[in-house]
Amino acid sequence: METGTATVKRGMAEMQKGGVIMDVMNAEQAKIAEAAGATAVMALERVPSDIRAAGGVARMADPTIVEEVMKVVSIPVMAKARIGHYVEAKVLESLGVDYLDESEVLTPADEVFHIDKWDFTVPFVCGAKDIGEALRRIGEGASMIRTKGEPGTGNIVEAVRHMRLINSQIRKVQNMSKDELYAEAKNLGVSYDLLKSVHESGKLPVVNFAAGGIATPADAALMMHLGADGVFVGSGIFKSDNPEKFARAIVEATTHYEDYKLIAEVSKNLGTPMKGIEISKLSPAERMQDRGW
Amino acid sequence: MKIGVLALQGAVTEHIRSISLAGADGVPVKRVEQLEDLDGLIIPGGESTTIGKLMRKYGFMEAIRQFSEQGKPIFGTCAGLIVLAERIDGHEEAHLKLMNMTVARNAFGRQRESFETDLVVKGIDEPIRAVFIRAPLIMEVGSDVEVLSTYKDEIVTARQGHLLAASFHPELTDDFRLHQYFIEMVEASRTGVQ
Repeated sequence: METGTATVKRGMAEMQKGGVIMDVMNAEQAKIAEAAGATAVMALERVPSDIRAAGGVARMADPTIVEEVMKVVSIPVMAKARIGHYVEAKVLESLGVDYLDESEVLTPADEVFHIDKWDFTVPFVCGAKDIGEALRRIGEGASMIRTKGEPGTGNIVEAVRHMRLINSQIRKVQNMSKDELYAEAKNLGVSYDLLKSVHESGKLPVVNFAAGGIATPADAALMMHLGADGVFVGSGIFKSDNPEKFARAIVEATTHYEDYKLIAEVSKNLGTPMKGIEISKLSPAERMQDRGW
Repeated sequence: MKIGVLALQGAVTEHIRSISLAGADGVPVKRVEQLEDLDGLIIPGGESTTIGKLMRKYGFMEAIRQFSEQGKPIFGTCAGLIVLAERIDGHEEAHLKLMNMTVARNAFGRQRESFETDLVVKGIDEPIRAVFIRAPLIMEVGSDVEVLSTYKDEIVTARQGHLLAASFHPELTDDFRLHQYFIEMVEASRTGVQ
């Protein structure tokens, strides 16, 4: 009997496919998310849009919040640690969190090194803007990838950019000859073996979700259309007028992302989604996607 | 022969891959109408609360019960096992209530307790590699249910006539023998031999 193997960790992410993982800040929101059909919840002290508004250093959530959420739902509970913050990750693992997110939404603790994720029994999800980042994180032990997008903006454009880029890079790698693969591994700064697995399978070796800016059911469906395995919705749900209805609508639109009549139906009278931010209005320091490498 | 994989949420493509490795055709099923031309159905792993909700929403409860009444085989893995069970331990409402058994969700603990192991399954020659992820277990079964495997004295695979259920994920490995076993059940039901 073996725990924490790559199959067990990556398999856990496979079980999330076609699902919606929702950010929650307390037990009450967690219950709403579970009742709406979320496949997992991300327990946080503040959603990304509030982190933007508050400024300062954003850290892992108070363990009380994480434990409270774990107590009230039967679906998996995820939590975020700062990039490179080994101890925050170990603390969250000790609480029994089911999945860790080494996340650019929090203020990075290390500007050079990401966490050695092989050193954990609990699996990690990490953000990526391109195939290089995705394979570097997988090389460090990540069992699930998500686009970075631009968190807390309610603007889908960056998540679309990242998903399209990763997929077009995968297609390019698929068509490379063996000698080109060696050079490309060097250019991307990734392991040759991982790149070769992409070349052979035509996909990343782990599940790839969309995250960072999904604000409506149609946004979630768009990301599925572009090839995402599932979606993370952060600020979108609990910053909307009617979180319960909104959460249910996003779950349905993700499952039936090609059924446009159904998406129209669930999108009716949802009230105002979160306001959203135009990306060009963000200063370089406010761009969360540029954290990590 | 056509085998459907309920595609509301969860590990759908993995099952389709295992079905094709075992030599049959697998198709994702998102609408009840699709059940009509299927010979067998797999309910995959995923989150049982999510899958159960979406099944109710789109009329799958009644449709799958009718599918089962025709004697067409159904195979549930992990969340799919929970969905098939007549009783769920605790206060939770059961879903399809087709198999005469009581199941416990997340019975081995949280993700850090998830594991893989070699498992002896009745009807399959050599042990298979079984991946348990936040897995349920079968607490007790009715006399009409045959136990096919146990792990540390807990029931993890069972069969009731044309219904098959496993706590673990045979679709996550390259070993397709349990899918092969299910396909043989489907073949038998098509030729009228049970």
